[in-house]
Amino acid sequence: MATTWQEIVDLGTRSPGGVATAEEEAPEQRRGVFKRLRESLSKSRQALQEEISASVFDKIDDETWELLEEALILADVGAPTTAAVVERLEQEVESGAVPMDGIAVRDRLIEILAEVASTGRAPIDLSAEPAILMMVGVNGTGKTTTIGKIAWHLSKEMGLSVILAAADTYRAAAAEQLETWAERAGAELVRGEADSDPGAVAYDAINAARTRGADVVIVDTAGRLHTQNNLMDELAKVRRVIQKQIPEAPHETLISIDATTGQNGLRQAKVFSESVDVDGVVLTKLDGTARGGIALAIASDLGIPVKLIGVGETLEDLRPFDPGDYAKALLAE
Amino acid sequence: MFDQLSERLQSTLSDVRSRGKLSESDVDSAMREIRLALLEADVNFKVVKAFTKTLKERCLGEDVMSSLDPGQQVVKIVNEELASLMGGTGSELAMAPSGPTVILMAGLQGSGKTTACAKLAQYFKKQGKDVALAACDVYRPAAVEQLVTMGERAGAHVYSRGTEADPVEIATWALDEARSERRDVLVIDTAGRLHIDQGLMAELAKIRKQTRPHDVLLVVDAMTGQDAVGVAESFAEVAEFDGVVMTKLDGDARGGAALSVKAVTGKPILFASTGEKIADFDKFHPDRMAQRILGMGDVLSLIERAEQQVDEDEAEALQEKMKRDQFTLEDFLKQMKQVRKMGPLSGIIGMLPGMGAMKQLKNADVDERELDRVEAIILSMTPRERANPGIINGSRRKRIAAGSGTKVTQVNNLVKQFDQMKVMMKAMVNGRMPTPQQMAKLAGGDQRAPRPKIRRR
Repeated sequence: MATTWQEIVDLGTRSPGGVATAEEEAPEQRRGVFKRLRESLSKSRQALQEEISASVFDKIDDETWELLEEALILADVGAPTTAAVVERLEQEVESGAVPMDGIAVRDRLIEILAEVASTGRAPIDLSAEPAILMMVGVNGTGKTTTIGKIAWHLSKEMGLSVILAAADTYRAAAAEQLETWAERAGAELVRGEADSDPGAVAYDAINAARTRGADVVIVDTAGRLHTQNNLMDELAKVRRVIQKQIPEAPHETLISIDATTGQNGLRQAKVFSESVDVDGVVLTKLDGTARGGIALAIASDLGIPVKLIGVGETLEDLRPFDPGDYAKALLAE
Repeated sequence: MFDQLSERLQSTLSDVRSRGKLSESDVDSAMREIRLALLEADVNFKVVKAFTKTLKERCLGEDVMSSLDPGQQVVKIVNEELASLMGGTGSELAMAPSGPTVILMAGLQGSGKTTACAKLAQYFKKQGKDVALAACDVYRPAAVEQLVTMGERAGAHVYSRGTEADPVEIATWALDEARSERRDVLVIDTAGRLHIDQGLMAELAKIRKQTRPHDVLLVVDAMTGQDAVGVAESFAEVAEFDGVVMTKLDGDARGGAALSVKAVTGKPILFASTGEKIADFDKFHPDRMAQRILGMGDVLSLIERAEQQVDEDEAEALQEKMKRDQFTLEDFLKQMKQVRKMGPLSGIIGMLPGMGAMKQLKNADVDERELDRVEAIILSMTPRERANPGIINGSRRKRIAAGSGTKVTQVNNLVKQFDQMKVMMKAMVNGRMPTPQQMAKLAGGDQRAPRPKIRRR
């Protein structure tokens, strides 16, 4: 059973309105999504399977482990995590804990991968009133689009009142992009002048949320490379501005990571986390052929779990992350 | 960007170097290191395999094993092979003999197409060309506005017809306009698309057919992982791109995608996008980049950039002054302004040979605000003080500090550093290189900075 939006979002004591319609749609949607995820991962699965079926289903020897390693490296899982996963599997097989049988070994591999992907798993915390969600990440990873879609789910499916803060005051037309999303989601937009202080925009948005009793404020920030120290400082400052108003906020900070990202994704998550204490990953663009294996490295190395995945262009294509489904879709038939 | 890879290769090869003689197991262990380093750098798995195989064959060849300095030979071979893997010597864009040169930009979502379009426009603008952009990304909200704003910044005309029109129609219309308005270059921005999205890929093929571009460029994010090769292959099939623009090279991504794309598609990397500013865009020089990986510096790029930005006569006059020890704070101010025109200092330091090995200096965060402060201090001095800093006594210091909004100690430091610098400059113009310690002291700024540990190889 796939993880649902209701499970991935913690709304605290709030009783979400509009759930009825969401539930009616849910089974259909869930199947659709599962299929979509499968479809979108099918290419990567094929590629992985070429490597795996050739190895796992025959006899199990040194070459098996080598091929498994290759397959995981090609999925961008990265050398250290790959080595750890394969070593563990190898030991379990050698000790007899897992039978030396192709299918059993494959199933155990899926279990281990799912376990790694579950590290630090927790829902998106929106229990506070108002709850502040901050979105960060490198340029072009899909922050603004993700925010638009989250806002849509919170507003249209759960009946929450949402305010979007256009704190990306740097990129040309970023606020216009967010405005389009705000209209679609029925959310309110708070924006500042181009090149104005992003902290001030966040400040205004939180003020607006308090005055109007809004449920959630989602703060969009400008994409920045984690190596730009001055921009990372700016991000930390936005966080401090938010904290001055609400000490526990932001209640949830999500980083968007492009599924096509290679080993650099680990650095991104680490450096952003040092600067703004990231709670979860949104793994975007999983609908291509990229396998997003870097998410496993991020979970295993930093304990930051994936919370949402993007598997397509439409609103429904932003989905709660399900470790089991992910591991299965990656490896199973 | 390639720093970590560069460090790994340097340390592996310095082992080989120090030994003088090379055995097959030496080569094997060096290859293992190189293989792992390349994999960590996101170089495609299959490319790594093929690369290390070629490398090993060449390293075990007769001329290496029997040469006087095999370590040096290996460095040379790795350098050559890295450069050829990335595309040999620099390739050029095809330009139209007459009428507008049409350049079509394509790529995945978020790879940086729109920004790259504006940067490319500015690149041509600098060559005195009349550049126009066509806004064909009608899908992403506000993409057209982004291109219009950035195009204006780059000084290019933007052909846009909002988001209602069909991208193929916009492209053909823009080409007609560019022809009748006699533009030199037309850059067509397209929507980001997944290489497996058949509808959008067909649209791209159609734009290509209708506009017959002289160059199709694929925009690739330097942070891309193993998938870069698959993406490039699909785009090669549909869009038949001629070259690649690598973006986000200013991050710490090891840029393995850069190594892989050329290897698999045979298409060269033509441009590198290296920063937030519209001017952070350069021709990609594979040979120089390989040298940079091996820590040999990217001096040629630096000289080229300096040539663009620095007034030659003025530079010569300054050099003459340095030689005669007549270099004043006024000259220093002028020089600093010229250097800063070349871009952020951290980027320039990375291009200097040997700096790659000086880890602390390389990571030394050159604070541009510190430079603003230095400018302010000098500007608060009288012409006499600038010409002869020796006369700056206590009360003058207080006045300068108050005038520039700094502290007296900061004024002191500047005067002290200027003295040290003069000594170094004199040595440099007279043909002696300063020691790395001297360089580091200068670049590190104030005295609080710890003395960098130098690892010279």
